[in-house]
Amino acid sequence: MAETMAAEGTVRPTALAVAAPTGRRRWPVYAGRAALVALWLGSWELAGTYWIDPFFYSKPSQIAVKLADWFTEGTSYGSIWLQISYTLQEAVYGFALGAVVGVLLGVLLGRSRFLSEVLAPFIKAANAIPRIVLASLFVIWFGFGMSSKVATAFVLVFFGVFFNAFQGAREVPKVIDANARILGASRLQMMLTVVLPSATSWILASLHTAFGFALIGAIVGEYTGADKGLGMLIAHSQGTFDSAGIYAAMIIMTVLALLAEAVLTVVERRLTRWQPR
Amino acid sequence: MTQSTPAIRLDRATKVFPSADGGSFTAMREVTLDVAPGEFVTVVGPTGCGKSTTLSLISGLEPASGGHVSVAGTPVTSIPATVGYMFQQDATLPWRTVVDNVALGLRFRGVGKAEARSRANDWVQRVGLGGFEKYYPHQLSGGMRKRVAMAQTLITEPDILLMDEPFGALDVQTRELMQGELLRLWAGSRAAVVFVTHDLTEAIALADRVVVMTAAPATVKTIVPVTLPRPRDVDEIRLDPAFLALYRQVWDSLREEVEIARTKGASRG
Ligand SMILES: Nc1ncnc2c1ncn2[C@@H]1O[C@H](COP(=O)(O)OP(=O)(O)OP(=O)(O)O)[C@@H](O)[C@H]1O
Ligand SMILES: [Mg+2]
Repeated sequence: MAETMAAEGTVRPTALAVAAPTGRRRWPVYAGRAALVALWLGSWELAGTYWIDPFFYSKPSQIAVKLADWFTEGTSYGSIWLQISYTLQEAVYGFALGAVVGVLLGVLLGRSRFLSEVLAPFIKAANAIPRIVLASLFVIWFGFGMSSKVATAFVLVFFGVFFNAFQGAREVPKVIDANARILGASRLQMMLTVVLPSATSWILASLHTAFGFALIGAIVGEYTGADKGLGMLIAHSQGTFDSAGIYAAMIIMTVLALLAEAVLTVVERRLTRWQPR
Repeated sequence: MTQSTPAIRLDRATKVFPSADGGSFTAMREVTLDVAPGEFVTVVGPTGCGKSTTLSLISGLEPASGGHVSVAGTPVTSIPATVGYMFQQDATLPWRTVVDNVALGLRFRGVGKAEARSRANDWVQRVGLGGFEKYYPHQLSGGMRKRVAMAQTLITEPDILLMDEPFGALDVQTRELMQGELLRLWAGSRAAVVFVTHDLTEAIALADRVVVMTAAPATVKTIVPVTLPRPRDVDEIRLDPAFLALYRQVWDSLREEVEIARTKGASRG
């Protein structure tokens, strides 16, 4: 039972990093990337100008104008910074809550055969619920304010982190576990000095994808019903057939996700200083 | 032997493991052995015969399947507080620096951070790792990690010290240095030591008694008392005629078992 539960939704710790280019290859790699972006945007712009209808597909120059407009004039619902900070807060709260609860429960169940066997079917069932649907439910439960979005972000973050923490806690090397017990570690000391550090690479691997999920949760939540935030901007753009607005919001979200990824990478480096590199 | 309660008593202790093919595998059969407080016992036997298993029973990490195991007169049901165990495998915490690894046992016992650190620092010097306090285990050699493990175990001043091939990975000089250091520390501590090794010279030079185990399943084959005077100089004692006689005696007993283990291993594939 516990075996199959572990396999459910884990992200392998090794499957995370896209290596930054190093050494002699560095400049050609950057040049190649820039060329790819130029080619993509250029062909889109050309196509939008001559062949396809920019009303439906928009084009890079329109999106740039839209972005400039949002950042200088503000959106029709107030400053763009207000929308960003609103969405970001929901994502961060959902992320933090989901990560903490996920790690605690995952590690606890990972260390307790009995608890994990009792709870496994329920957790699997809960994990099988299409979580996006919950967003609608949360709007009914918690209203149009921030808490319904935090709840959506939370459920999206929780399961990924939980399964990884669970797996990490189960993979403490036997001899290290035995050594700590011989040295006199209590259960709590065991958790803090052995299990959690041992599970860090598993947990961190899940946190990388988790922030992306938190953003998705916040935006889907806003899209379902809100009066502020990037998801609300997307819903509004859709309502007014403003495809440039949808793309512009998408770009802002992407930048946010990349920034969060960068922060997480720094945190990860700090937490895993002890690992060979 | 003395009349007092033995530090360790194995009474027909047996250990059966479930084997990979669904059957069972007897790793120890009716091992009977008393170790007196302050006594230094070394254990030799063919590889895979059950020496590590014996230590895990004494330490309370594994329950016996049959017979009795007691430490200081109390039956072993969980890990006794007075036991120190230096494992055959690398067991240092990879996420702790050398000094924090050594301080671990003290921290678990509630000693304050500053005091634990300073005592750990002493131990780091004693095992010859001065200057490496801030290193992580992966930055050390295998032999250096063994020395971290030794300091980590000894800092808790155990009454019963279990050591599983602690010096196997060291070069000859460092090994002799560590053997000398171990004897010196032991002489001042009254700890009962069970020390597993494949090195017969080491086994005899350190021991009050050498226990020779049979091929798997392990039982006690012979016990050879070593009456060479102490304190001993590990380096010089090897040339002593009495030492050579003991060496021959232990080796003759062990050789048969090694051959049995070899043919069995070969037939098992
Ligand atoms: N947890 C376990 N499950 C199943 N079999 C085990 C287990 N631990 C040990 N054994 C078996 O018990 C036997 C004795 O193992 P043990 O580690 O005690 O040998 P050893 O005498 O220490 O050998 P070495 O000198 O190579 O360290 C081996 O055949 C091993 O396969
Ligand atoms: Mg062994």
